[in-house]
Order: sequence, then structure tokens, then C-alpha cells
Amino acid sequence: MNLEFFTISLLNGLSYGLLLFMLSSGLTLIFSMMGVLNFAHASFYMVGAYIAYSTSQVIGFWWSLLVAPLLVFVIGAAFERYCLRRVHKFGHVPELLITFGLSYLLLELVQLVWGRSAVNYVLPTGLEGPLFTVFGTNFPKSRAFIMLISIVMLISIWLLLTRTRIGLVIQAALTHPETVEALGHNVPRVFMLVFGGGAALAGLAGVIGGNTFVTEPAMAGSVGAIIFVVVVVGGMGSLSGAFLASLLIGLIQTFAVAMDQSLMTLLAKFSYVVTPETFGYPLLKLTISQVAPILPFLFLVLILIFRPKGLLGTREG
Amino acid sequence: MTRPFHEFKPYNVGRWLLWTLYALLLIAAPMMFKSSLALTMLSQAGYLVIICLSYNILLGQGGMLSFGHAVYAGLGSFLAVHAMNLAAKGTFYIPLPLIPLVGGLSGLFFAVLLGYVTTKKAGTTFAMITLGVGELVFAMSLMFPEFFGGEGGITTNRAYGKPVFGISFGPQIQVYYLIAFYCFICTAAMFAFTRTPLGRILNAVRDNPERVEFIGYNTQRVRYYAFIIAGFFAGIGGGLAAINSEIVTAEVVSGVRSGSLLLFTFLGGATFFFGPIIGAGLLVLALILLSELSMAWLLYVGLIFLFMVMYAPGGIASLIMMNLRIASFGKLKELWVGYLSLAVTALVALVGAAAMVEMIYHLQLNAALGAELGFMGVRLNATNINSWLGAGFVLITGLGLFELTRRQFLTQWGEIQNEIEKEIKRRELL
Amino acid sequence: MSTSPSHAETSAVYSLELKDLRKSFGKTEIIRGTNLQVNAGERVAIIGPNGAGKSTLFNLISGRFEPTSGQVLLNGQRIDGKKPFEINRLGLSRSFQITNIFPKLSVFENLRCGVLWSLGYKYTFFRFLADLDDANQRADELMAMIKLDKKRDVLAINLTYAEQRALEIGITIAGGANVILLDEPTAGMSRSETSRFINLIKEVTVGKTLLTVEHDMGVVFGLADKIAVVVYGEIIAYDTPEAVRADQRVQEAYLGSSAADAQAGGH
Repeated sequence: MNLEFFTISLLNGLSYGLLLFMLSSGLTLIFSMMGVLNFAHASFYMVGAYIAYSTSQVIGFWWSLLVAPLLVFVIGAAFERYCLRRVHKFGHVPELLITFGLSYLLLELVQLVWGRSAVNYVLPTGLEGPLFTVFGTNFPKSRAFIMLISIVMLISIWLLLTRTRIGLVIQAALTHPETVEALGHNVPRVFMLVFGGGAALAGLAGVIGGNTFVTEPAMAGSVGAIIFVVVVVGGMGSLSGAFLASLLIGLIQTFAVAMDQSLMTLLAKFSYVVTPETFGYPLLKLTISQVAPILPFLFLVLILIFRPKGLLGTREG
Repeated sequence: MTRPFHEFKPYNVGRWLLWTLYALLLIAAPMMFKSSLALTMLSQAGYLVIICLSYNILLGQGGMLSFGHAVYAGLGSFLAVHAMNLAAKGTFYIPLPLIPLVGGLSGLFFAVLLGYVTTKKAGTTFAMITLGVGELVFAMSLMFPEFFGGEGGITTNRAYGKPVFGISFGPQIQVYYLIAFYCFICTAAMFAFTRTPLGRILNAVRDNPERVEFIGYNTQRVRYYAFIIAGFFAGIGGGLAAINSEIVTAEVVSGVRSGSLLLFTFLGGATFFFGPIIGAGLLVLALILLSELSMAWLLYVGLIFLFMVMYAPGGIASLIMMNLRIASFGKLKELWVGYLSLAVTALVALVGAAAMVEMIYHLQLNAALGAELGFMGVRLNATNINSWLGAGFVLITGLGLFELTRRQFLTQWGEIQNEIEKEIKRRELL
Repeated sequence: MSTSPSHAETSAVYSLELKDLRKSFGKTEIIRGTNLQVNAGERVAIIGPNGAGKSTLFNLISGRFEPTSGQVLLNGQRIDGKKPFEINRLGLSRSFQITNIFPKLSVFENLRCGVLWSLGYKYTFFRFLADLDDANQRADELMAMIKLDKKRDVLAINLTYAEQRALEIGITIAGGANVILLDEPTAGMSRSETSRFINLIKEVTVGKTLLTVEHDMGVVFGLADKIAVVVYGEIIAYDTPEAVRADQRVQEAYLGSSAADAQAGGH
């Protein structure tokens, strides 16, 4: 492990973690507010990326940054208004089920319109290439851009929630929707806005993530499970917990993927040679990079055993 | 659909009759549908019934929404296939008819292991945990190719035993009857479970988990035990699947599989015991027939699912039962016009939508064949605006008429429900 | 603060005892050091202004909440910090202010669920419910006691409000617990329903220790052997109804004119 590897992985891990947070913050907000865990959240991420892919061919990337999340907002708000609201009275399980159905629907619609293979959603010229070089390895502009947008977005949301009137109403409706409604605020409209807003956040993440990473139908599935892990690990309903968990998981994954050590190589350092005949060889030969995909889920299981409330959770999910 | 909550038991007909019919159906099905395609479908349906019923122990009876149930069926498949290979090599002989039990024990074992952590929480958190554990197992499948067979999976030969009375289980028909046998036994066992103390307390946990604590039961324990039992039966289904297809790949523990279990069990109906049986049938039909008809089959299924959650959360089983209830009061015939109009208008709308969907897919995939395609006997031109307008027109007309018919139907339905309520009160006073 | 009337400080085991019980939610202390001793077979009514902490006390006793400090003793055994099902198995059962039954099960099934654990059936899945004669018999008895035998197979969600409250009581006493906590059992009932219900409560809790939170003074003075008055998380008086009625502090803090009304027989 050298300094170059460490720095680059740290930066990459942070940018990935911030992207995860952008996704899981929307999810946490929707859950805190409405008690519904939006199974289709990662699908909004995918839709955002695809819409940006198409619009950037017409109006360019920088305008798509605004337009695509807006369109996703409309889709999310419409869904809340016409579908989610209808099952609200049935309880939390049907709410989860309907967002589950939406995830299928969005996936199929995306495949219908854009096809089943990955699309070539490219970076704009402004974001191509390295931002700076660290010890010989490049840190891409696009990744830095992700970090920038994530931080800007999060600060704006924090300001919105704590400094504006609508933000106060949202905060109040987070825990006492009936009281807020009794005070004359249109709580259903607030719900619609929050759901749409959460979706838009996910869509924005898709706009900037889709051309840095890959834009394909499977992108929803791969990141979807991880953000649920983030939310549970961070503590259901805790934004700061989601932040911590996102960064942790982003860093762990980025570091792990690049490390080729295994228990076998570790034992070799102590002059203990492992051969295919050794007991437990299949386990010992696994490199950290091979284990990387399961690390978030392993983390989930461990948290549930040792700290079921999550890292910073307060409410019992 | 609306309050008050309805329950309708037609069991006056005689439970024995229903079970005999079920057994007869299982036995006679291959004789009624003789093609090899039918036999394939029946075999698949057979073990899917077991898996879907096991899933409903969690969903319908326990109120536990799991996104990772395929793990237990899948691990059952894997252990079964390994057991079959060991038996074929002579290392450890288990006769084929007992292999599903190996699957069952495997499902049981992993449910005991993973279920403890999974059932620590309830509700939405539980659902997320099952998702995470499911992804964990699926991701592990690439790490241990010795067990999971890597990309190609593990293959086997089910006819490894010496034939007994000429039965080697090579031919599909013999496998079908093995599956049918287990299907009947497992259905009966799972039904019996609903009539035991644990089964009933599980229902209580679903209805009011907090109250259950106050009548002396540890809710977490109840859920854990139910989880284990569900895992056991899922494993049996998985074992039968392994026997049927003679190959098991890591896909069987994937989130996609779990999702389809949820989707179709819910569609069949989670609130009645027989709902998942319908769901398993629909799953087979969709996977084998519908996917042949259209690339967009999952889109249609997704739409139907969405509508079901919104308007008929009890699934098809609840729709059947509601109509049976109306029929028992002799009022079903009043609705047939309504049903017919609903069906026709829905069909019209569907045709319009399907035409558009097919045109899109045609453009995407078969563009090399030219712009024309055949759709229900009509030649459509995917690049010609007329085809699109035509399809759009059909769709909108269908939707509009459907909406009108639906409102009319709802009013009529409401009236009938009122009449039934009055009749019930009248009978109570007698 | 508490007054223990006419009992010498013996080492008698009380059916239910609270020792300096405290509960804080965050920085707010809701229960501020309550002491209570209830003898076996006594009927105690817990009254007090809204927000005084009566339901919280019940929640602390029955294990729904954990006390911040202090002790709860059931027949001399400490139960504070135990889980609700552990407490229930030791012989304490409670009902809820907001009806808490099993909506999709029938009346009979509701009651049968209530008896299963106490008859030792636990998590068994090897026996059919239909064969459990003692459980079925007991459920039938309970149904007759709460006068819902005509509604045996009706789903709980379809019962009238008063019937649901009766079912609630039924489930509470089903397990044969000796200490019964009833949280505002007559909430939301009309005059006639209330008096009928009180008679029902008296019948089904014969010989048991009963604690009930009540607002209806007429009910309280007719049902209780002792009254505990809770104000701001403390018991300021604990005595026979007459003594409490005459107590200056209680009159100041709470009863006011309702005492005079109750004496006059109205409300």
C-alpha cells in the first residue's frame, strides 16, 4: 500500500460515497417524512441518467443538469399523486409493494425506449480528463465534479430545510403530519413535493453519475441494494447516519476493489505456504477484491447483530 | 375492497371434496394436456406452488415482506444437486425421491442461520434486511465456484439410481409425478400449519404484533420459527427444481428470482391460502407463454401488479372470493354485463397499447427486417405515422370507455354490497 | 409521596409494588418517583388530570417502557426492565386505551390466542387447534363471560365499539393473569354502556388484583376499593374513596367540583 494508491483511492472513495449519499439522502427524507421506503429510488437514478443522455444530445450536458432532474421530479410527483397516495391507507407494506412495482415498470420503460444494452452517455468536453495528477495517477475532473455537485446539493437542501418556511413545514410534517395539516398546511401537497424532490435528487445523481460510471439498465439494481444497506446501517431515518454510512461504504468498496491481498498472501508473509490441498483453500485464496462485492452486505449483517439501531439511528424502523 | 372486512368460507362444500379434487387435478393434468410443452409447464408449476406457498407463510400469514426468499429455495437447489452428484459418484447414496428432502433440510439450515439476524427486526427494516442478505448470498456465489459452479452452474443427471419398477426418473412424466406428489404433501402440510397454535399466533403477529407480546408470546421468536418453516418448504421446492432442470446456476438465489416470487404470490393473492397456487400458475404462464408473445411481457406484468396493489390488494384470490360471495347471495348474474363491458374496453385499450409497444420493440430490435410488422393480423408500419395514430386512437378510446364502464360498475357493485349487508342483517334477526 | 392506609409495615408481599419509580423522556421527567403498594384482590382506580402520566405508569408496569430508575415488583419479584411477554408470563395482563385486538381474526380466535400460552401450547406446530379441548373450552367460557357468544365467528373488525372493548377485556383476562391493568376501559362509551361494562368488569375480575385508569368519577367511586391520584407524575394520595374525596390536596389539584357532582350521583 503506497501513498499514491491511498490518496487516489481516498479521493475516488469519497466521490463515490458522496454520490451514494446524494441517493440515500433522498431515500431517507422520503422515509422520514412518509414512512415509505421507496424501492424505486435507484430506478429514478437510472431514469435521470437516461434522460440526461438523451437531452444532452439536444441541449447539451450543462442544461441537462437542470432539465433532467426536473423531469424526474415530475415523474416522481405524479406517481405520488396518482398511485402512492391511493395505497397510503392500506399501510406500509402495500406502499413498499407499489414502489417495488414501480421499479419494474421504470426498468421496462427504460428498456423499451433506450434498449437493453448500455448507452454511450459521454462526459462533456468540460469534464473530460484529469483535474490534477497525484503521484502519477490522474484524478478525473468528472469525479471531482460529482463531489462538487453533491456537496452543493446537500448544503442547499440543508439550508432549504432549516432556513425557509417550506422547509420548516416539511420538518414539522416529518414527525407530526396531522398537526401540520390542522394548522392549515396542505400536507398531501407537501408529501408530493418531498417525494418528487427525493426523486429529483436521485435523478440528479444519475445525471452526473451516469457518464462517470456506466449507463445501462442494470445500474438501478446494482446501486439499489447498496443504498438500502446505507440507510439501514446509518440508522433508518437519520440523515447524518446516512452520510456516515455512505462515506464508509464508498471508501471500503473503493479500497477493497483494488486490493489483491488475501489470507493466503498474508500467511505467505509468515512463511506459511497455502496450496490447493490445504483445508479451507477456497476461503483462503479469496482476495479482498474478490470479496469486495459482499462487503456492504456483510457490514449490514454485522451492524444488525451488534448495533441494530444503526450507526446513528434513533427511531426503531 | 371496502369496509366492513369480508370473510367468506365456502367450506360447507366439504374440505375433503376440495382436497380430493386437488389431488385428482394433479394426477390427471398430464392426461388432459398432452404436449411436452404442457408437461414442462406443469412440472415447473408443481414446485413453484410449493415455493410460493412457502413464501406466503411469511407474506400473507405473517405480514413479513421478504425480498430474498429465493435464497432458501436456491440453496436447497444447490445442495440437492450436489447430493445427486455425490450419489451418482457412489460417495453417499440417497435415492432420488428423497433428494427434495435434502433440499428442504438445506433450506431449513440456512433459514436457521440467516433467519436469526433477519427476524431481529420487523416491517420495512425486515424487508431491507432480506434484500441485503439476498444480495450477500448472490454476491457470494461468484466467490465460491466450487459450490456455486461459477458462470456455468452445476449440472447433474437425475437418473443415477437403479430403476425401481422401471422408474428411473429419466422421462419427464416420471419427474412430473414425483413433483406432483411432493406438491400435494407440502400443500397439505402448509395448510395444516395454518391450523396449529404457531400458525394462528403468526396471524396474530401479522395483525397486531404489539398485542401478541402482551398475551405472553415473544413476537421475534414467532417470526423466527415461521421463517425457518418457510425456508424448509422453499428448500423442498428448490430441490425439486434441481431434479427437474438438472442444472443449477447462481441465478436461482438472485434478487430477480425473489422479486418474481413476491410479484406473483401477491398477484395470486396473499390473503387466502390458495392464492399462491394461482400465483405459481401465473408465474409459469408468464415465464413460458407470455414471454414468447412479447418482449415487453414484464412491462405488462408490472402494470397489472401496480393496479392490483392499488385496487385489489388481496390479489386474484380475493377477487374470486368476492365474486363467490356475491354468487352465494344470488346476485352475480346482475354483474355479468358490467364484467363483459370492463373486459371488452380493457382489451381495446390493451390492444392499442400493445400495438405501440410492439412497434417500438420492432424498431429497436428488428429494424433490419424493414419497418413493417404483423400485429394481430394487421400489418403495421412502425415508421408510418398512421400506424402510430391508429394505435394511439385505439388506446385512448379504450381507456376512456374503460373508465366510464369502471365507474358504472363501481356504483353497481356498491349497490349490491349494500343489498348483501341488508340480507345478512335480516338473516341475523331470524 | 404516598400514604399507605391502615397497614403496618409488615414484610407482606404485595401483589404489585412500585418503589420510587421514575421515567424520563429525553430531559423531561414524566414519572417523578412514584410509590405504590397494592394488596392481592384489591381494586385500585388511578385517576388524575390529563397528561399526569397514568398511561405511562401502566406502560412502565407492563413492560412497554423501561423505567429510568426505580423498581416494579410483581408478587415480590422485580419485573422492571423485563420484556412485556416475560411480565405477562409472570401473571400480569393489561388492556389498552385504544382498542388493541386482532382485527382479522374472529371473536373466538381472538380469545383462543389469548389462552394459548398460559395453557402451555407455546410455539407448537404439531397439534391442531381444533384438538386443543382445554383451549377451546376456555375460549368458549370467556366468550360467555363477556357476553359475545352470539358473535363467535364474527371478525373482530366488524364488531361495534363496545363489543370490541369487551373483547379487549376478554383477551386481557384470557391468560388467567392475577394482576389486571385496564387502561380507560370505558373510554368512548355512553352512559348505559358504561354501567353495563363496569358490571362486566366486576364479574370477570373477581378475586383478581385490578388496577384501572379512569376518568369517569361515577365509575371510580362505584368500583374501586382504593383510589390513587396521580398529578404530575407523582401519586399525591392513595386511600379509600371517601378519604380521597375528602382530601384537601386532591380537591385542590384535581377533583374540584366533580366530587360534588359524583356525590349528587351525576357527572
